[in-house]
Amino acid sequence: MKRAVLGGLTLGGIGLGVMRWLSSRRTKVRTRQAASRWLMVTINRRPEEVVPDGRLPEPLARLGDAIEVQVREAPGDRGTELGARPITPVPAGVTGVLARLGDEDPRQAVRRALRESKCLIETGEVLRPDEPPTTRPTPAGRILDLAAQRAGGEGRL
Amino acid sequence: MKALCWQGVNELSVEHVPDPRILNAQDAIVKVKLTTTCGSDLHLLGGYIPAMRAGDVIGHEFLGEIVEVGTEVRRHKVGDRVVVASIIGCGRCWYCENDLWSACDNSNTKPAFADMLYGQPIGGIYGYSHVTGGYKGSHAQYIRVPFVDYGAFHVPDGVDDMDALFTSDSAPTGWMGADLAGVRPGDVVAVWGCGAVGQMAARAAMLLGAERVISIDRYPERLAMTERYVGCETLDYTRTDIIEELKERTGGRGPDVCIEAVGLEAEGAGRRHLYDKAKQRLGMTLDRPIAVREAIYACRKAGSVFILGVFAGLVDKFPLGAMMNKGLTVRSAQQHGQRYIPKLLDLVARGELRTAHLATHTMPLDQAPRGYDMFKNKKDGCVRAVFRPWA
Repeated sequence: MKRAVLGGLTLGGIGLGVMRWLSSRRTKVRTRQAASRWLMVTINRRPEEVVPDGRLPEPLARLGDAIEVQVREAPGDRGTELGARPITPVPAGVTGVLARLGDEDPRQAVRRALRESKCLIETGEVLRPDEPPTTRPTPAGRILDLAAQRAGGEGRL
Repeated sequence: MKALCWQGVNELSVEHVPDPRILNAQDAIVKVKLTTTCGSDLHLLGGYIPAMRAGDVIGHEFLGEIVEVGTEVRRHKVGDRVVVASIIGCGRCWYCENDLWSACDNSNTKPAFADMLYGQPIGGIYGYSHVTGGYKGSHAQYIRVPFVDYGAFHVPDGVDDMDALFTSDSAPTGWMGADLAGVRPGDVVAVWGCGAVGQMAARAAMLLGAERVISIDRYPERLAMTERYVGCETLDYTRTDIIEELKERTGGRGPDVCIEAVGLEAEGAGRRHLYDKAKQRLGMTLDRPIAVREAIYACRKAGSVFILGVFAGLVDKFPLGAMMNKGLTVRSAQQHGQRYIPKLLDLVARGELRTAHLATHTMPLDQAPRGYDMFKNKKDGCVRAVFRPWA
């Protein structure tokens, strides 16, 4: 009983802290900036190989009108800088956190498409993770699995 | 198939797991003949490397025979005897094309983990946590090898399996340290650690023309092995003050190149070691950078320090002032194996690089938990335990 009360208080405290962090002015400004930021990859190929005749790589093309795209030559013979960002508003605050957990933040799809485009253009395939992920399911493992499933759409890209 | 699985901190077991299969057209399946422990595996065992999960197959240094290839494999065929780089590289991103294979952009299938930890995704590594892609490791009867045309290398006829095995990871890691630290003829080189990687770094420094190479450890059998097989000087850090000793041996200058081949569980003497150990035990840090600190203090002004040992997170008490004011060049990397393996196989074939002595204990895969216990606790002079999955 004592442990349950302590656990509840701790979770409540963390929840309050997260809510406060999400509603802080600094977080709101950063979230707004992040929502409009271009997500970028550099592809080790010339622009005409990345977007031949202006055609987008298939993973990005699948996102259709939901994104805007920019393409520019990278300096120092490093290939092509390919950028994309969602046109639709990106959820922020608590909604944003829930969207990310639910894999419904539009930036996740854009990150995934950019990474897949790069891999496809450079190597001819998108590498798949080993299967099955484990032979011993555990609660901690399930959380890791959940994070791993989101891994292609998350990160600092 | 049988495989050695990580089940939790300091908990390993041999399990029956599903056979791997071809998932991409550039994959191959390799039947593992020999696979060895590595010091960096101990960091997984100790729980210092994040994103491990129960059931993960570990192991990344191995040799075997190709038994199946994907439809887009061009340079290999079924039956090839190959040694495989522990790092997975696509061969076509900017980093791979510039021989910086461990920074491969395309081989990590779970890029967000490393992205958030290190600011950029790093390349995939077999059996080394989900931060490096969550690939199943080589302590198994079979392993899937992605981008096999770039990561697997034919073992020349006449080269024994055991000699070739260590060109998968420890030899190229050691060679990279000496090469990228810029060892030149006439240099004095100090190497921290007389494990397999340290020995290979010392040998590489000698082959690259170093005038003197001094290896540092505390285990008498490892020091003796290094003297015998590498042919360099050794120092026992429990018997002497390393920085003073190195100054004395180098006319007060310090070594031109210092190579750290110890990693995040470094042992040491004195208050700083106790401080690091206490912090690690309390979960306040993942890393004990004792040898790195010493290398930076010992190195001559404007010298070069290479960090070969694996580190996971943040460290404090890092001698940034010494590094900056002495004008040191500090460099580091996970190994760029594909850059060095062909050359190393050639050196092994010519008898200029000896590696088989590192395999102090060989046993069937079923006994791998015992092998790791021996390796971790340096029992019976264990330098490397090698497993035979089909024995």
